[in-house]
Amino acid sequence: MNQTIVPAASVLHPTAAFARPVKMRGEKVTVHYGAKQALFEVNLEIPERQVTALIGPSGCGKSTFLRCLNRMNDTIEGARVGGMITLDGEDIYDPTLDVVELRARVGMVFQKPNPFPKSIFDNVAYGPRIHGLARSKSDIEEIVVTSLRRAGLFEEVKDRLHEAGTGLSGGQQQRLCIARAIAVSPEVILMDEPCSALDPIATAKVEELIDELRQNYTIVIVTHSMQQAARVSQITAMFHLGNLVEVGPTEKMFQNPDDKRTQDYITGRFG
Amino acid sequence: MTDLAVSEARAAHPAASERRDIGIKRRYAAERRFKLYGIVAIAIGLIFLVALLWSVFSKGYTAFFQTEIRVPITFDQSIVDPKNSGGKDTKALSMANYPRLVQNGIVALLGIDPSDRTAVRAANALVSQSVRGQLRDIVLGDITTIGKTQEVWLYAASEVDSAEKGQYDLSVEESRRPLKDQQLQWLQQLRDDDRLQQRFNWGFFTFGGSSRAETAGVGVAIVGSIYMMVIVLVLSLPIGVAASIYLEEFAPKNRLTDFIEVNINNLAAVPSIVYGLLGLAVFVNGFGLPRSAAVVGGLVLTLMTLPTIIIATRAALKAVPPSIRAAALGLGASKTQMVFHHVLPLAMPGILTGTIIGLAHALGETAPLLLIGMVAFVADYPSSPMAPSTALPVQIYMWANEAERAFVERTSGAIIVLLAFLALMNITAIILRRRFERRW
Repeated sequence: MNQTIVPAASVLHPTAAFARPVKMRGEKVTVHYGAKQALFEVNLEIPERQVTALIGPSGCGKSTFLRCLNRMNDTIEGARVGGMITLDGEDIYDPTLDVVELRARVGMVFQKPNPFPKSIFDNVAYGPRIHGLARSKSDIEEIVVTSLRRAGLFEEVKDRLHEAGTGLSGGQQQRLCIARAIAVSPEVILMDEPCSALDPIATAKVEELIDELRQNYTIVIVTHSMQQAARVSQITAMFHLGNLVEVGPTEKMFQNPDDKRTQDYITGRFG
Repeated sequence: MTDLAVSEARAAHPAASERRDIGIKRRYAAERRFKLYGIVAIAIGLIFLVALLWSVFSKGYTAFFQTEIRVPITFDQSIVDPKNSGGKDTKALSMANYPRLVQNGIVALLGIDPSDRTAVRAANALVSQSVRGQLRDIVLGDITTIGKTQEVWLYAASEVDSAEKGQYDLSVEESRRPLKDQQLQWLQQLRDDDRLQQRFNWGFFTFGGSSRAETAGVGVAIVGSIYMMVIVLVLSLPIGVAASIYLEEFAPKNRLTDFIEVNINNLAAVPSIVYGLLGLAVFVNGFGLPRSAAVVGGLVLTLMTLPTIIIATRAALKAVPPSIRAAALGLGASKTQMVFHHVLPLAMPGILTGTIIGLAHALGETAPLLLIGMVAFVADYPSSPMAPSTALPVQIYMWANEAERAFVERTSGAIIVLLAFLALMNITAIILRRRFERRW
C-alpha cells in the first residue's frame, strides 16, 4: 500500500503552472473494493487555497478519490488503497501517521447533511472539544460563533443555538455541517456533492460560502453539476471509469478541453 | 393532448381500458381481503388474551382478601406468663400457649360449654392455626397487654375463608363438606354480630411459603425475584452491551466472528431447562455455590438473558445511520469516541427495550430455577442473595400443586402479582424509549 514511487517528470500537470503551492498530491493512486478496481493510477495535485472540482459521470471514481484524501476509505470493508497521497509532502498513508490527526487537518462535508442529533451549539462544539482546541467555556463559545459566522449561518440561528440541529432546513443543516467542519480549523475541506440534496436557493448560499472559504482553506469538491463546477472552482479534474481524464484550469476545461470525453461530458453528450 | 384526442384514443382501444378497470377492482378486493385477515387475526389474539386475563383475575382477585374473625382475647397472665416474670422472660412469652387464649376467647364468644370437647374442637377449627405468631407479636410489642382483654382480628381457617368466598358448595350433604352445620350456624352468628369480615389481605404480600393457605404469601418470593433481577441486570447489561459493541463496531468480519454470531443466535433458542442443568453443574457443583440461592438463580438467568440482550443491542447499533458515524469520523473522532459519543446514545432506547424485555423474560422463567433447587419451601426472607430463596414463578408452580381449595385463588393471585410486575417493566421500557428517542 505504501510503496514509494519516485515521481517522473511526466507526472507534472498543468496545475503546476499555477503560482499556488501544492497542498495535496496523489501519485499513482489506485483503489480496490474487494476484487473490483475503482481507481487506476490517478495523479493529481491539489493547489493550496483554491477550489478543485472533481467531475465525471456516476461511478467514475471521483468520490472514491476524495475519500482517499482523508482516509475515509479505511472505514469501508475490503477497500485497499495503493500509490501515494501526500499532505504538505507527508505521506498520509504512512503507518506512523495518526488518522485522527489527519482528519482533524482534512475535514469533510458529506452529500446528505448529517448533523448530530444534538443542539446546534453542540454540533459545532463537538470537534473542538474532542481535539482539546479550547481550554475554557468561553473559548468554545468563541469557536462556535466564529465557525457559524464563517459558514454564514450565525445570523439565522443565533437565537436558537441550543435547539436541535436536525430541526433546521436542509440548506441550513448543510451549512451547519460546514461550520462543524471548519470549527476544528482544518487545512483542507473535502466536499462530496454538498448541494445535491439542496434546493437552488440553498445551493446558491452554499456556493457563495465555498467561494468565501477559499480565502482560508483548500477545498476539494465533488459535483455532478457542470454549472456548479464552473461557478465555484478554479481547477477542474475530469474522471471517467476510474481514470483521471484531464485536469486544468476550470476556464480552459469548459471552453477548450483537450480530451474528447471531457468535451462530450461537459456538453451533456454522456453522463 | 386535447380532450378530443383522449376520447379518440380510448375509442380506438376499448378492450385495453376495460381490462385495466377489472385489474383495479381485483386489487381493491385483495386489499380489503387482506385487511379482513388482519382484523380476524387481531380479534383471535384479543379473545385469547381476554380469556386468559378473565380466568386469572376472576379466580385470583379473592386472594387479595382474607376472612377474619374478631375475637375478644383475654391475655390471661397464668397462660401468657405462667412464671409471673413481669414480662421480662421473653423466651417464656414467645413459647406461651397462645392457641389456648384463642380457644378460650372463641368458646366464650360463641357460648359453648367448655367441657363439650367436640364442640370446642369444632369451634377452634374456625380460626387459623397461625394465631400463635399474631398474638405473640401483640404481647411482645406491648407487655402491658398481659392481664387485659382486647378485641383482635384473627385469620379465619382456610375452609371458613373458602366458604365465605363461595368456593364450596354448601348445599351438599353434611358429611361430604369440610364445614359442618354447627360451624355454619356459628359463622352466621358471628356475621350477625359483625365479627366476621373479609378484609384486605396485606399478609399475601408479606408472608412466605406456608402449608396453611391463610398464611401463605408471595413476599419472600418477591424478594427472591428482586435479588435475581438485580443480579441479572448488573451482570447481563454491561457484558451484553460490551460484547455487542465489540462484535458490531470493532471485530473484523471473518469466519470466527461469523461463527460467534451464529452461536449467539443459537443460544437464544436453547431451552431454558438446559441452562438450569448447566447452572447446576457449573455454579453449584463446580464453584460450590449454595443450592437454592438467589445468586445461582441470578447467574443462570444472566446466561439465559445474555443472548437476547446481545441480539437486541446489535440490532439497535446497526440501526444507527451510517451518516452519523461518517460525520463523527470525518471530524477526527476516534472509533471509541464515535461509538460512545454518538452511536451508543442513539442506540440506547433499543438497548434498554431489549434489556427490559430480556429481564421480563427472566422474571417469568421457572424451569432452570427448579433444577438449581429454588423450589424449596422457604418461609423466611432471604437475608442475602446467598441465602435460600424462591422466586415468583416457582411459588406459582408450587401452589398450583397444592391440593387445598384455598391455594387455587392464591395461585391466581400470585399470577396477578407476576403479571403486574411484567406490565410495570414493559411500561418502564416504553417510557425509557420515549424519553431517549431522538430523531435524525
